[in-house]
Amino acid sequence: MIKQILFAVALVITLGIFAWTMRNIFYYFRFTKKLPLNNIPARLRETFSVAIAQTKIFRHPVMGFLHALVFWGFMVILFGSIEMVFDGLAGIERAFGSLGVVYDVLIATGDIFAAIITLAILVFLFRRLFMKVKRFYGPEMKAVSKADANLALSFILILMITLLGMNTFYLILAHNEGHEIVGVYPVSSHLADLFASMNDESIWFWHEFNWWSHILLIFAFANMLPYSKHFHVFMSVPNVFVSRISPLGYVDNMESITKEVKLMLDPSTAFAASTEAPAKFGVSDANDVSWVNYMNALSCTECGRCTAVCPANITGKLLSPRKIMMDLRARMKEKGPGLVRNGESYDDGKSLIGNYISEEELWACTLCNACAQECPVNINQPSIILDMRRYLVLEKSAAPSGLNTVFTNIENNGAPWQFSPHDRMRWADELYLNQL
Amino acid sequence: MAEVFAGGKKPEWLFWVGSAGAFDDRYKKVTREFVKILTYLKIDYAVLGTEESDSGDVARRAGNEMLFQMQAMTNIEVLNAYEVKKIVTCCPHDFNTLKNEYPDFGGRFEVWHHSQFLETLIGEGRINISSEIFRNNKIVFHDPCYLGRANKEYQAPRTVLDSIPSVKVEMKRNRSFGLCCGAGGGQMFKEAEKGNKEVFIERTEEAIATGADIIATACPFCMVMMTDGIKYKNQEDRMKNYDVAELVSMGLGL
Repeated sequence: MIKQILFAVALVITLGIFAWTMRNIFYYFRFTKKLPLNNIPARLRETFSVAIAQTKIFRHPVMGFLHALVFWGFMVILFGSIEMVFDGLAGIERAFGSLGVVYDVLIATGDIFAAIITLAILVFLFRRLFMKVKRFYGPEMKAVSKADANLALSFILILMITLLGMNTFYLILAHNEGHEIVGVYPVSSHLADLFASMNDESIWFWHEFNWWSHILLIFAFANMLPYSKHFHVFMSVPNVFVSRISPLGYVDNMESITKEVKLMLDPSTAFAASTEAPAKFGVSDANDVSWVNYMNALSCTECGRCTAVCPANITGKLLSPRKIMMDLRARMKEKGPGLVRNGESYDDGKSLIGNYISEEELWACTLCNACAQECPVNINQPSIILDMRRYLVLEKSAAPSGLNTVFTNIENNGAPWQFSPHDRMRWADELYLNQL
Repeated sequence: MAEVFAGGKKPEWLFWVGSAGAFDDRYKKVTREFVKILTYLKIDYAVLGTEESDSGDVARRAGNEMLFQMQAMTNIEVLNAYEVKKIVTCCPHDFNTLKNEYPDFGGRFEVWHHSQFLETLIGEGRINISSEIFRNNKIVFHDPCYLGRANKEYQAPRTVLDSIPSVKVEMKRNRSFGLCCGAGGGQMFKEAEKGNKEVFIERTEEAIATGADIIATACPFCMVMMTDGIKYKNQEDRMKNYDVAELVSMGLGL
């Protein structure tokens, strides 16, 4: 009974802290711009292919496959974790055991996955600690980012070891006490042979130890995640669902500009125009972005696949698409509490452009979409880069001089270069000559 | 177009020349070669001529949404006035903008990139290249971002090249992994930011490493960049840069 009470207390604390954190993080969504969420069937298909089937991560086949195994493993092991919550509250063992074959299959798969994930995490840790993988480095990858990654990996590693330990000592315990063994354990049954000779007291102790460590680590991990880049674990599947599904080349339309342009081209509609105050054009701070942009930032796990393919970054420029997402998240974290206290007009004298992201970074982008193509969770970095350019051009007239010339030329003669529109057919001159 | 339309005719195709196709000296040549192909195939087409204006792609991607939308609405008005249904263009940026972005402003057209157009005609057997002039050439194709990643068209230009008797090679970064030439997003018209290399040099080096002697492109910006890269690397004697339309036109002996 004491065990049950302790468990219930731990669970309530966990859920309480988690709810509080989530409320804080999700409250910030109120300060972001609304965007409709249309085409649900296509979104479900995208979620299935990109999130569940992990298709984009396979663009790096070997590491991608390891990640997919970890992801699929988590899905299966989640079943056992939920069972543990029931077990803990009810003071019973293997609460879902009555599911029979389904249970056997899920538990057996989870047992195998625990071993696979252990190996995969060891590979990941080895890569991070001992191999100089280029995409794990860069100016935005500060010591804290690296520690964050290693801590998350270590957590998962211990979770898997305690899961295997729990299964192993459950088997020995059940065998020694003559209970029926519920579930099938292809990996742990072999481990059980190794530890079977231990005395009953140690076996009881190690079973309790592993059981409690496993579930308490899950509780701790769940509450650590929202403060870590590994929030990815919760956010990436929903992020894929809400991500942009239009062709990568498509740029979101600015309706506010459309209104103004229509007014200019057809003044007769002037009276029909709404009287609402003109919105700020583009993005200069975290609360100018759309809720999808912010969701993107929360689901980024800083893997650096975007930055590794960025032509600007490859050639030594400051731009790093990963940094853009990290900056957005950090800036929202910094400004969010002030926004909550003082409302949307809150100004702390800082902004995303300037204090976090420089104009130099923004102008280095070729909008080639390699980053968006690469992102395993469908983050769209170019859309937010472009929104910041829009702010610089439409609000600050701060485009590089070469681009200002282009604007003037297009405005005056309908081409980026300074040629007369009357010369638009000059390319054909030679053809006519040939025909003579 | 004005003349044809006034004569009561509605051509099947509108050939959207694009600003680069009309004004860039190198790409004007591509425009001419493509027109030769259209004429050779007796395609029913017209151009807007001086009534065409910049698509606004560069303006939009450089952040000037106001200018882009003015260009888009003006062009759509002209295109709709001529009841244009099908558009073909040699520029992947205009292809993308007309296809994906003009519908937001009431411009709904069936838009084809010239590589898709040529691919279809090859499939129909209307283009048959038996010429052996490229037999000993090694051709490497550089994917334009706005044809490839932006619109998932990787095969059409390759099918076109495959119809030309020649050796084809691929760069390490190809198709959806393709590296940008460095000119997109307005970069064509501004100084590059500080770095340790220009993007076009990185890409040209990759193309040179394949041992190819022809870089095939399908975009006016890529063409400027690759041609510059070849010059920069002093490869002009052994390496040439052609648009897929030029290769077809030469293959047909036009």
